[in-house]
Amino acid sequence: MTALLNMRGIDKAFLGVPVLSAVDLTVSRGEVHALVGENGAGKSTLMKILAGVHTADAGTIELDGRAVSFTHPAAAQRAGIASVFQEFNLLPELTVAENVHLGHEPRRRGAIDRRAMHETTAAALADLGVADLSPAAKVGSLSVAHQQITEIAKALSHGADLICMDEPTAALADAEVALLYRLVQRLRERGVAVLYVSHRLREIFDLCDRITILKDGRLVESVATADITPDELVTRMVGRRIEAQFPPRAAGTEPGEVRLRIDGCGNDYVDGIDLEVRAGEIVGLAGLQGSGRTEIAEAVFGITPFTRGTVAVDGRPVRITRPRKAIAAGIALVTEDRKAQGLALRQSVKANARMVLDANARVHSRRRLARIDGILSSLDLVARGGDQEVQYLSGGNQQKVVVAKWLAAEPGVIVLDEPTRGIDVGAKHKLYAVIRSLAAEGLAVLLIASELIEVIGLADRIAVLHDGRIAGELPGGASEQEVMAYATGRRRPQSEGTQAE
Amino acid sequence: MTAFTPRPRIGATVAIYLALAGVLAVGGAAVAADGGNLFATAHLVDMLTRTSLTGFLAIGMTLVILCRSLDLSVGYTAALSSLVAATTMDGQSGNVPLAVALVLLVSGLIGAANGAIVAFLKVNPFIATLGTGLILKGYLDTEYKGPAGDVPFAFQQALGYTRFAFIPVSTVVMLAVAAAAVWFLRSTRTGHHMYAVGGDVEVARMSGIRTTRVLLTAHVLCGMSAGLAGLLLAARFGTGSAEAYTNLYELDAIAAVVLGGTLLLGGKGGVAGTVAGVAILAVLDTVFNVMQIDPFAKDVLRGVVIIAAVALYARRQLDRTARRPRFAAAAGRAS
Amino acid sequence: MTHVKRLGAALQGAGTVFLLLALVFALILAINPGFFAAPSLMAFLKQAAPLVILAAGQYFVIVSGNFDLSVGALVGAQVVIAARLIDGEESRTVPVMLVMLAFGIGVGLINGLITTVLKVQSFITTLGMLLVLYGAIRLWTGGAPTGALSDAFRTPGRLGIQTPLFQIPWALLIMIGVGAGAIALMRTRFGRILMASGDNELAANRSGARVDTVRTAAFVLSGVSATIAGILIGGFAGVSAQVGEGLEFTVITAVVLGGVALGGGRGTALAAMAGALAIEALFTLFNQMALPATLRPAVQGVIIIAAVAYAARRRIRPALQSTATPS
Ligand SMILES: Nc1ncnc2c1ncn2[C@@H]1O[C@H](COP(=O)(O)OP(=O)(O)OP(=O)(O)O)[C@@H](O)[C@H]1O
Ligand SMILES: [Mg+2]
Repeated sequence: MTALLNMRGIDKAFLGVPVLSAVDLTVSRGEVHALVGENGAGKSTLMKILAGVHTADAGTIELDGRAVSFTHPAAAQRAGIASVFQEFNLLPELTVAENVHLGHEPRRRGAIDRRAMHETTAAALADLGVADLSPAAKVGSLSVAHQQITEIAKALSHGADLICMDEPTAALADAEVALLYRLVQRLRERGVAVLYVSHRLREIFDLCDRITILKDGRLVESVATADITPDELVTRMVGRRIEAQFPPRAAGTEPGEVRLRIDGCGNDYVDGIDLEVRAGEIVGLAGLQGSGRTEIAEAVFGITPFTRGTVAVDGRPVRITRPRKAIAAGIALVTEDRKAQGLALRQSVKANARMVLDANARVHSRRRLARIDGILSSLDLVARGGDQEVQYLSGGNQQKVVVAKWLAAEPGVIVLDEPTRGIDVGAKHKLYAVIRSLAAEGLAVLLIASELIEVIGLADRIAVLHDGRIAGELPGGASEQEVMAYATGRRRPQSEGTQAE
Repeated sequence: MTAFTPRPRIGATVAIYLALAGVLAVGGAAVAADGGNLFATAHLVDMLTRTSLTGFLAIGMTLVILCRSLDLSVGYTAALSSLVAATTMDGQSGNVPLAVALVLLVSGLIGAANGAIVAFLKVNPFIATLGTGLILKGYLDTEYKGPAGDVPFAFQQALGYTRFAFIPVSTVVMLAVAAAAVWFLRSTRTGHHMYAVGGDVEVARMSGIRTTRVLLTAHVLCGMSAGLAGLLLAARFGTGSAEAYTNLYELDAIAAVVLGGTLLLGGKGGVAGTVAGVAILAVLDTVFNVMQIDPFAKDVLRGVVIIAAVALYARRQLDRTARRPRFAAAAGRAS
Repeated sequence: MTHVKRLGAALQGAGTVFLLLALVFALILAINPGFFAAPSLMAFLKQAAPLVILAAGQYFVIVSGNFDLSVGALVGAQVVIAARLIDGEESRTVPVMLVMLAFGIGVGLINGLITTVLKVQSFITTLGMLLVLYGAIRLWTGGAPTGALSDAFRTPGRLGIQTPLFQIPWALLIMIGVGAGAIALMRTRFGRILMASGDNELAANRSGARVDTVRTAAFVLSGVSATIAGILIGGFAGVSAQVGEGLEFTVITAVVLGGVALGGGRGTALAAMAGALAIEALFTLFNQMALPATLRPAVQGVIIIAAVAYAARRRIRPALQSTATPS
């Protein structure tokens, strides 16, 4: 049997900087094939070459034994290759059905057949096992998870032989990930091949038959999943051994004073929030997508402020109605989406790192400006210098710039919303160490993460959200089952009986 | 099964027609207070006549703006078209079909040049079409020192002055073109893809849309609609006139498009709204005329009304966009 | 070493404009070697100063992600206001200049507030302002400008410091002052935040920046630059109803020619001003070539498109380079 896809000797350079060198990739029918590597290894670039977004500088691509070369995404789609790209690839002003069919709208007597569009989308969503998503909904109004599902439905709508998925779970919580698992299984049974890019080792070992490892744009090797252990995989990806997943807590340190106190707070999205974070403490916020984790972060930071209750920082009550006020109160927020909310992509590393200081006279000082270089290097930022534009950094390094920009302001409270999203294992490991050391320096850390193991492994205490309320609190190191019991609403807070609805 | 729902865009369009009704009511009241009647036939004819010229230009402009492009050269294209029409007709009715075809060819080619500069040379459309406008201006100023050509009387009558009751033929033609454009945007792939290209070119491309083709089509159609405007100019003046470009028609057209609820950033809006935007401007002008307002005060009022009207729905439009901060691709690339 | 690299990086985006400038000057030199003698060079700079100053003002607005289409009408309005209020009385010169400054600031403030608070796209805001200014000024003067400028008012635009060899025009000194001020301002916190707001409004806001305030301030700076330009143009050319007409398009072209991205977040003030100088040099070249006036717009159009297309080719980033129109 010939392989479905055979890529040989693929080279690609951007502006003379090689990104892929002599990469080979072979994918068989019905195979789920993982593509792994550090940030900037070239996974997305390889996928985009396959999808016709970029053209390779050298090398050959064979599909079903026939040589192909795509100069436009439309050509790749016609050849039976569909893609879920790493960045969202949807138009917020259009409906789910319009997005799913974008570029290949069904026609009847020359005119776009909106009814057919609607019906096939409804069928596709039902097939995916998603009941609560209307094809007529405007994509801009959807949750991130539903957008991701729309994206997947869009890729499926081509009836492709090969579906590439670039970090499809980065925006999904565990429940939706399960949905995706089932989908991939069904695709495999139908003989569809899946090229799967992810930084989550668990998914790779759960789902994939083979693994191709890239490092610095070169092929390391391609192995059957059965022939490798997670530890070995990490070692080959990163090029060195990575020890324990989470750095140990510094022994004997006790949390200090309460730095952030949230008392009976609520707004349109969350309600009845009571939370305390002490100096030196990491408090995790767990919960399903849409349970209100990000909403709490945004409320604390004044983006969508609390309308009820009181917030106090270092014992002083503060009314935070805007990010400026949060910053003045000593709060920092590393937002969930670094490109949209964290970085001015066309500005330099330096300009981004000093942005908070520049924007706020009250935190600006020469001393703090002078510390920025030190902060950047303590985070092991890999860049061609402070003048490099942030858009050319890899995801992990971009995230470090965001963290640096907040550390420069020397906050007392730092809220981290999905700080490891899209970041490779090595960088994650470093970021875990950074988070720990922030706490050790006396910051109060509020940590939000979709991956439960992160919250469990890092937090000293875990507040679990369900439906906009805190359903329960658990100590760090609690089991996933305990957290999920609260998160899914199976277990309720003890005080339930006394609470008015 | 969920009911088949039409696009939510309709809601916004209804709002614009309500605004038009409001302007008509207020204008009518103001004229009445002045002792006149805005709805007298003569005034209705005046109003509708005004819609046709801006209408042609604004319909084409809607297409390019939907694609997140712009065309600042339409005034010059219209002026050139009026000259091509008048000189080709040369007073002979028999030449009319040839003249119309030639006008559409020339104006379409100008549109194609704009589209190519924007799509292939990646020049910002503001600069690109400002540049082609300048080039056309140079050509017009050099080649035509005054009015040229001769439009046969029959054509002048037909397009310039004939009416059905109080509706001028030119308005009927404009509305027919508008209807065709509405259908085009809604029911053809290319039309539908204009929303995608304007919404986010990268997303459109990655979804398999030939974005340069779409952009090119929008510009060609925009050029051709300016050509139609040029034919109308020729019919009205009876000759071709290079001077026509001094009226800054392009700014009127853009104002009408934006008044009609199409987002200047592209990806949202439509021709139905544009027609209402054109009508609002026409009603204003007629009211000013009937009330014999100082021409300079007219400019002031127009400026204020345009800003005020856009302010009224701008907030609504943008709020919705602002409420999805976590929408990575759109927000990240919007800048 | 790093300075050299930084200079190289700065020139990367803006290189085209300096290349164009050099090219045009070389052509002028070839046609008329005498042009570079001090007096005629000074005359050129005197004439170019208003556009350069306007470019500096427009630069702030564009880099923060907006447009200012009202500057041409504002320049015209300022000249007419000056003539009417001064009405030939020397003693009124300074007070009237202060009134003009207040007017320029006021117009900028209104542009800024409508754009940021009412969320009207700046294209429309400033287009509306253009109409309002155009109409209001003629309404006020009954169509044709009235009154007269004073000699003192005309000094900055017409005269200069006499040196033994030639005259250094006041306009040149003012231009250098404004230019240096603009470059310095972009290095302050205000400038950095302005740039960040144009690049990513949301990220700037989340960093605590007062995006609306700095953007409004940019419009005010544009209003001030139009006021200064108005004083110089009035002094240089006197009063007429046409003063300033179409200037907004010329100045936006100049700024874009300088490699400043429409839509914000990229480009330097120096290059924007160089763009203005390049356009003025182009006009001078047309004069030297005795190119028929009617043909000039066409040649100008071709050169602008070619230069911007060339810059777009050289610009590195295919992925992020968009042909967006600013809001
Ligand atoms: N359009 C582009 N222009 C210039 N450089 C680019 C472009 N796209 C990617 N790169 C660079 O190519 C390298 C590989 O990027 P790529 O996105 O393929 O990495 P990746 O393996 O997908 O990383 P991640 O895990 O962070 O998604 C990076 O150094 C990146 O900065
Ligand atoms: Mg990637």
